[in-house]
Amino acid sequence: MNISVEEVKKEIETHLPNVKLRLVRDSILIENPEDLPQVALFLKESPRFLLDYLSSVTGADYLTFLESVYHLYSMAQKRGPVTLRVRVTKNNAKVPSLVPVYRSAELQEREAYDTFGIIYEGHPDPRRLFMWEEFQGYPLRKDYAQEDTEVLEIADIAWLETRGIEVPVEMKEKAKTLHAAGQRAVAQKPEKPRP
Amino acid sequence: MAFTKNTSSVDESLRTELAKKGVLWTSLDFLYNWGRRSSIWPMQFGLACCAFEMIAAACARYDIARFGAELFRASPRQADLMIISGTVTKKMAPQVVRLYNQMPEPKYVLTMGACAISGGPFVDGYNVLRGIERYIPVDVHLPGCPPRPEALLHGLMELQKKIASQEILKAEWYKKGLKREFPIPELGPNGLIPKFNPEVWQPAKKNPRREHYGQTILVGKKLKAPDFELAVTAKPIAPRAAA
Repeated sequence: MNISVEEVKKEIETHLPNVKLRLVRDSILIENPEDLPQVALFLKESPRFLLDYLSSVTGADYLTFLESVYHLYSMAQKRGPVTLRVRVTKNNAKVPSLVPVYRSAELQEREAYDTFGIIYEGHPDPRRLFMWEEFQGYPLRKDYAQEDTEVLEIADIAWLETRGIEVPVEMKEKAKTLHAAGQRAVAQKPEKPRP
Repeated sequence: MAFTKNTSSVDESLRTELAKKGVLWTSLDFLYNWGRRSSIWPMQFGLACCAFEMIAAACARYDIARFGAELFRASPRQADLMIISGTVTKKMAPQVVRLYNQMPEPKYVLTMGACAISGGPFVDGYNVLRGIERYIPVDVHLPGCPPRPEALLHGLMELQKKIASQEILKAEWYKKGLKREFPIPELGPNGLIPKFNPEVWQPAKKNPRREHYGQTILVGKKLKAPDFELAVTAKPIAPRAAA
C-alpha cells in the first residue's frame, strides 16, 4: 500500500509552516537540510502516518551537488515508503544526523559518509564503515580517481625493498618517472561516457 | 625465492608395476603421499558466498569426508589447506596473508570462485583485491560463480593428484632454511601497499581483458547526471481489456 506524497507534503506544511518543501518526482525534497530532523520526527510521531521505520539512508552524487536520500516506512500501518531528499554542495556537505530520531540511521549514515563524504552532524560515532581510517577520498563520488593496481608506485617499491624483495627494473623506472612527474598511477577511464 | 618443481619422475604405470615387485623407494613415496592426500585438513574460514558452497560440500549430501578432508580446523596452525572461498577485499587481504604465514608446512592454497582468482565480477571495485595470488602462491584455481560443491570436490581431487605426484627427496619443506612466509601488505591511502608482490605475481605483458573490453574502469566519467525534476513520471499502465 502506498502513501500519496502530496498528502504527506500537505500534512507537513500545515503542521510545520517554516519548512520549505518541493516535490521531486515521487519524493519530497527538503530545501533546507537543517529542517530534516524535525520533519522526520514529525512523520515518525504523527498519528496519521506513523512512519516509525527508516529503511535506508543513501548518498548520491549528481556532479553539481550531493544528495542524501531517506526511505521511511510505517510498520504500524504496514505501508510506505515515503522518500525524503536533502541536497548539499560538495564543498560544504553537512547534513544533520537522524540518529536521535531513528537508531537504524547509525550504520547507514556511516556508509554514506564513507563512500560519498557527506558529514552527518551529531552522529555519535562518525567513522568510516567499509574502508579503513587512513583511506583518502570518497570512492563512490564521480570524480574519484581509482588506483591502477597493475603499476607499482614509489611507496610500494620502498616498502618491498625494505623487506628485501627484488623488484624488476622496468617497474622501478616506471615508478620513478611517475614520482618525478608528481603523478599517481590512476586507472584509465573511458574517453566517452557509456552509451 | 626459487621453487624446485616437485613432481615425481616415476611413471604412474611403472610405479604400480614396480610396487608389485616390491621396490621400496617408490612404495614409501606412495605411502607417504597416500597418507597426506587422504587427510587434507582445510582451514575453517569463509570470505563470501562461496563459503556456503564449501559448507554444503562438508554436509551429508556432498560429504567431503569421503576424501578425508572433513576436519575443518579453526586454527591455521593445524591446517594443511587454505580454501579462499570468496571475494578478498583489500581490507581483508592482510589477514588472509597473515593466516597463510601461520600455517605449517606443507601448505596448499585453493582459490574458490572467480573473485578469489581474479576479482571476478567485482574486478573494477575500489575495495576488491584482484586475486589473492598477488600475495601468496596458489596451487589450485577453481573457477565458477560460485562453484558447486561437486566442483570443490573436483578441485580437492586435483590437489590430491598434485600431492600424489610429489617426492620426499624434492620436498621443499624438508629443506634447510625454507621460510615460506610472505610480507603482509599494509593499508595505504589509496589501497594496499604494495599493490602486488613481484616475487609471487607479476602483471601479464599483454592484457587480453583490456584488449577485449576496452578501457578497464568504466566508472567515474559520467558527464551528465539524470535530472529527476525534468524527467516525466511514468504513466500508470492502462488496465487490460477483458479477454
